[in-house]
Amino acid sequence: MAKTAQIDVKDQDLLGALRGFFMAVLDQDEISAILVPWRLPMKNRVMPTLITDPARLDGADPLSPAFPMNGAKVVSRLTRKASGGKIAVVLRPCEIRAFIELVKLKQGRTEDLVIIGIDCLGAYRNTDYFNWVGEDIGASTKAFYTRVLSGKGAAMDGIDLAPACQACEFPVADGADVSVGLFGMDTDSRVLVQARTQAGEMLFLNLRLSETEEPPERKKAVDALVAERIAFRDRMFTETHAATDSLEKLTGYLANCINCYNCRVACPVCYCRECVFLTDVFDHEPSQYLRWADRKGVVKMPTDTVFYHLTRLAHMSTACVGCGQCTNACPNDIPVMELFRTIAHRTQKGFDYEAGRSLDEKPPLSEFREDEFDEVVGIG
Amino acid sequence: MTDFEPTIIAFVCNWCTYTAADLAGTSRLTYPKNVRMVRVMCTGMVDPQYVIKALLEGADGVLVSGCHPGDCHYINGNFKARRRIKLLKEILPQFGFEPERLRLTWIGASDGIQFAEIMRELVAQLKTLGPSEAKLKMVI
Repeated sequence: MAKTAQIDVKDQDLLGALRGFFMAVLDQDEISAILVPWRLPMKNRVMPTLITDPARLDGADPLSPAFPMNGAKVVSRLTRKASGGKIAVVLRPCEIRAFIELVKLKQGRTEDLVIIGIDCLGAYRNTDYFNWVGEDIGASTKAFYTRVLSGKGAAMDGIDLAPACQACEFPVADGADVSVGLFGMDTDSRVLVQARTQAGEMLFLNLRLSETEEPPERKKAVDALVAERIAFRDRMFTETHAATDSLEKLTGYLANCINCYNCRVACPVCYCRECVFLTDVFDHEPSQYLRWADRKGVVKMPTDTVFYHLTRLAHMSTACVGCGQCTNACPNDIPVMELFRTIAHRTQKGFDYEAGRSLDEKPPLSEFREDEFDEVVGIG
Repeated sequence: MTDFEPTIIAFVCNWCTYTAADLAGTSRLTYPKNVRMVRVMCTGMVDPQYVIKALLEGADGVLVSGCHPGDCHYINGNFKARRRIKLLKEILPQFGFEPERLRLTWIGASDGIQFAEIMRELVAQLKTLGPSEAKLKMVI
């Protein structure tokens, strides 16, 4: 079972305490570098950054509501082969779950890796964040986490969390080696640190953390948050289903799609090294378009937008973690996440699978049993 | 709806269902001409996107048909196909595609008679169901 400890927060400086924790981790002989959301020196933005110099950790900012990309893609790059050192990575729960999917798809490795997950306070949409964040990121981040952790919700200055975050029932980093707990804690004075795997326990020992119990208020706080999220999620499922339950409605839902494929690029679990939609298969002859147009008198350009989304649903929906980066990446404001999560919920349930839950469960389409799904065979 | 002739795209495996279709032909069995067959080496190579494309292009029904469990020439391709059909049957009905428009059957190489029967039955079912929404409304 998980080992639990608490680390003290001095002078009510939560971010400082987390930075101190990261420093202690990086200070370990076996850890060569730490990947952490970090404030860029040249602009008021936060990006995943690989750090080897402990002094640079003063810019670490894992609590800001910035979520420019799903970090699973970065960690996949860092771990697809041995790097010659052990890396600690600080990720949001959805990033961890996406990375678990990538590991199962052989696009990342957990060897030489320690995953640190922090209770996720959620994030704003990219464009909302850019408009909202002040020149002083420090003040913006502090205003955000103080508000969320005081239980007042994340909505401020007329914006709220991205819908993906409002619908996310995984605010706690269950898949991490070491998780940091904030919900249900008096974060002015201490936060929770839990070792959840063997790698986590090793780090736990090396950091000489002393074991304590998890305060009972924490479970209550997390359960209440999850219930709220699930209620939002289920409303989203109902609304999205109603908006797309015929081909005509779906075509309307996706009407703004211009085949830019940004959603595919932003998607952490769209795992093909070369997407079929970028191959010669879709490099149609000009005469082909004329034949298509001739058939019904019209053909919408660009073609194959609905086809693209349906194919992507078939290819990756069983691995969808609902991080919402697809919606973030859409230049034309299509609520992509809402659609994909709604369908992914069905497909994952159909295979009794949950994306990112465990490294031990094989992706549904990479295995089979001889005796299963007889109901889909035959002509009724 | 009596003059509606459905279009069926059938992905049939080389070793079983295609051979069964061949047998139906050489046995001079008759079945409706609505089915367009695409011979594939194994149902295990039918990517979901082939099915989706066929339906979006206006096929009224899609059939994927291969060897009986245990008879796959490539040992387990038909089991993989079954998972993909299961996946598509979770996705497509969400967008209004009737489940009857996508079928998976096992028709062995010696099942010429069954092949013809299944084709007749499929066409009858799709005639009752009427033309697909994609055929009527889709502008790609």
